Amino acid sequence: MNGRWNFSLKRFWAIAVKEFIQMRRDRLTFGIMVGIPLLQLVFFGYAINSDPKHLPAAIVLADNGPQGRTLLYAIENSGYFEFVREIRTEAEARRALARGQVQFIVNIPENFSRDLLRGQTPAILVEADATDPAATSNAIGALRTVINSALEKDIKGPVDYLAADAPPVELRVHALYNPEAITQYNIVPGLMGVVLTMTMIVITGLAITRESERGTMENLLSMPTRPLEVMIGKIVPYILVGYVQVGLILLAAKLLFEVPMAGSLALLLAVTLVFVAANLAVGLTFSTIAENQLQAVQMSFFFFLPSLLLSGFMFPFRGMPDWAQILGEALPLTHFLRIVRGILLKGNGLADIAPEIWPMALFTAVALAIGVKRFHRTLD
Amino acid sequence: MTNQETPTISMHAESADGGDAFAIDVRDMTKRFGERTAVDHVSLKVRAGEICGFLGPNGSGKTTFIRMLCGLLRADEGSGKCLGYDVIEESEEIKLRVGYMTQRFSFWEDLSIEENLDFVARMYALPNRREIVRQSLDRLGLTSRKDQVAGELSGGWKQRLALAACLIHRPQLMLLDEPTAGVDPKARREFWEEIHRLAAEGMTFLIATHYMDEAERCHRLAFISYGKLLTEGTVEDVIAEARLTTWVVDGPELPKLAEQLRNRAGVEQAVAFGNELHVSGSDEPALEAAIAPYRKEPYRWRRVEPGLEDVFIHLMNRSEDNFS
Repeated sequence: MNGRWNFSLKRFWAIAVKEFIQMRRDRLTFGIMVGIPLLQLVFFGYAINSDPKHLPAAIVLADNGPQGRTLLYAIENSGYFEFVREIRTEAEARRALARGQVQFIVNIPENFSRDLLRGQTPAILVEADATDPAATSNAIGALRTVINSALEKDIKGPVDYLAADAPPVELRVHALYNPEAITQYNIVPGLMGVVLTMTMIVITGLAITRESERGTMENLLSMPTRPLEVMIGKIVPYILVGYVQVGLILLAAKLLFEVPMAGSLALLLAVTLVFVAANLAVGLTFSTIAENQLQAVQMSFFFFLPSLLLSGFMFPFRGMPDWAQILGEALPLTHFLRIVRGILLKGNGLADIAPEIWPMALFTAVALAIGVKRFHRTLD
Repeated sequence: MTNQETPTISMHAESADGGDAFAIDVRDMTKRFGERTAVDHVSLKVRAGEICGFLGPNGSGKTTFIRMLCGLLRADEGSGKCLGYDVIEESEEIKLRVGYMTQRFSFWEDLSIEENLDFVARMYALPNRREIVRQSLDRLGLTSRKDQVAGELSGGWKQRLALAACLIHRPQLMLLDEPTAGVDPKARREFWEEIHRLAAEGMTFLIATHYMDEAERCHRLAFISYGKLLTEGTVEDVIAEARLTTWVVDGPELPKLAEQLRNRAGVEQAVAFGNELHVSGSDEPALEAAIAPYRKEPYRWRRVEPGLEDVFIHLMNRSEDNFS
């Protein structure tokens, strides 16, 4: 009975010392144990901001009076909007919104100043890309206060009777693509990209390191086969797995969450291939660096974390500081999210999403080049 | 690949030594890993149908040499032919005709026996794949267990599976890297019978091993240490070339005697074999002078032919003196 509770400090210490030695030998694991908290500190501390400001907006200005200009100044001064371009036609405005070039369009109608002075309560129309409700809600909320206080100054003097009554200007907000601000509409399609990133990188990383860890790679390479055959042969099955995942998520999006599917599913599935390739290339590259399966998983996590946080999946992309946006632009998930949301919610066509495809393709090419180069080296 | 030609040894190999074809004929094979030279200008010739034992201590470069032969590693220096193909340039041709059995079991433990064989057959694009796999299972007596996952097999069965898989494309040359490590004596004996049967049909073998009884079953031996080839030839050649003198002594308290003998000049080794001690040295008079004080009761001495193990240890010690 006594023996069971006989705790030897020496034995305990022996095991602890051995563990420390092994920890120190595995440089990568050690680096990641230190690296992950640092990464999280930087991202959560500096990059993430759930109250995005300076959102790009376009103006459709049809009025030449001073009140229209005053209003625009006030809107920009709120800090939430940054007017990046002026647009003439409604069609052009819609296209800019659809491609995500701007997040808002502010329409100041013809005769705005005149109607205002006549006390006819002119309407200004703000169209918002509400695919991500979190990114737009604060800005829209600020708009109403800004407009009311801005015009107070301009309707002083002979026209200050206008300020006496309820708002002198009517604000109409059109939340496009997701008018009811349903978070799931944004999250569920995005999940497709997140799940694919996770599986494609981890699984390919594992599939290849497993061969080297178990010694079967040596056998494989002693047979008449070439590295490219090995790599493609190992990757293709997981591409199919990726499509099964995509299918499941789309099905759930349709049946459980009733996410609108405005665009072409065929286009979505085709573009998914580019995204899958990008992630497989990363997994492949990791597998040539990692010495064992554990390291492959850790490295995947190291890539997954920034993808999750900086891509705009969890937090508004435009809320992040410039350096984080630049990092985010390099990640394939960022572009894929825009594509999925664009196709499903906005009904984007190929021309709309083309600017998001080539960064993913470039990423794939670079990652694959590194992977193939390293893969050759590990043969020797 | 030249499809018209049947890739037989006689058509490609250079003839030498009275028309005998060499399955392996390489010169100055060298491989460096950074500062370390793992294989240092090793030249080796093995005739078709021969079983060549490849001996050497751990880390002597045996595995590296074998990997260079089958194209897994690129040689830094060296030239020559393997099955008539250029060992540097034509490794793809060589891979098609060589079976390489790795030191560690390297087939897929999560595939069944049959699936493993089927995979290998596909890799070599064998015609009549199913039939070949079936025959292979039959020949090795694995048919009844074909659906068993390879990871569940015992060491001996894993080795049989590995051999069957390496033979499935009917290679002309087999490179076996310590094939019987961890295999029981009965399975080892059966394994060697199979090797001799295949050699008689013309298959060539290069077998890395540590076991002296296995070395003695080889037609020829090559001994490598610290990356250098020290000696080569038949078992008799190797023993004769070592010019070793061995005395056997029995009597009481042999470990103490061994201790004393090891300190005397002329005694290179004093190794216990059961109740006897093998005392060897390469300088015959010096050895006899060294043991002279002990050639009295209660010890009984007799001179014997040195065994392969005595020679093996002798070569190992000598290479340590030379290179370390």
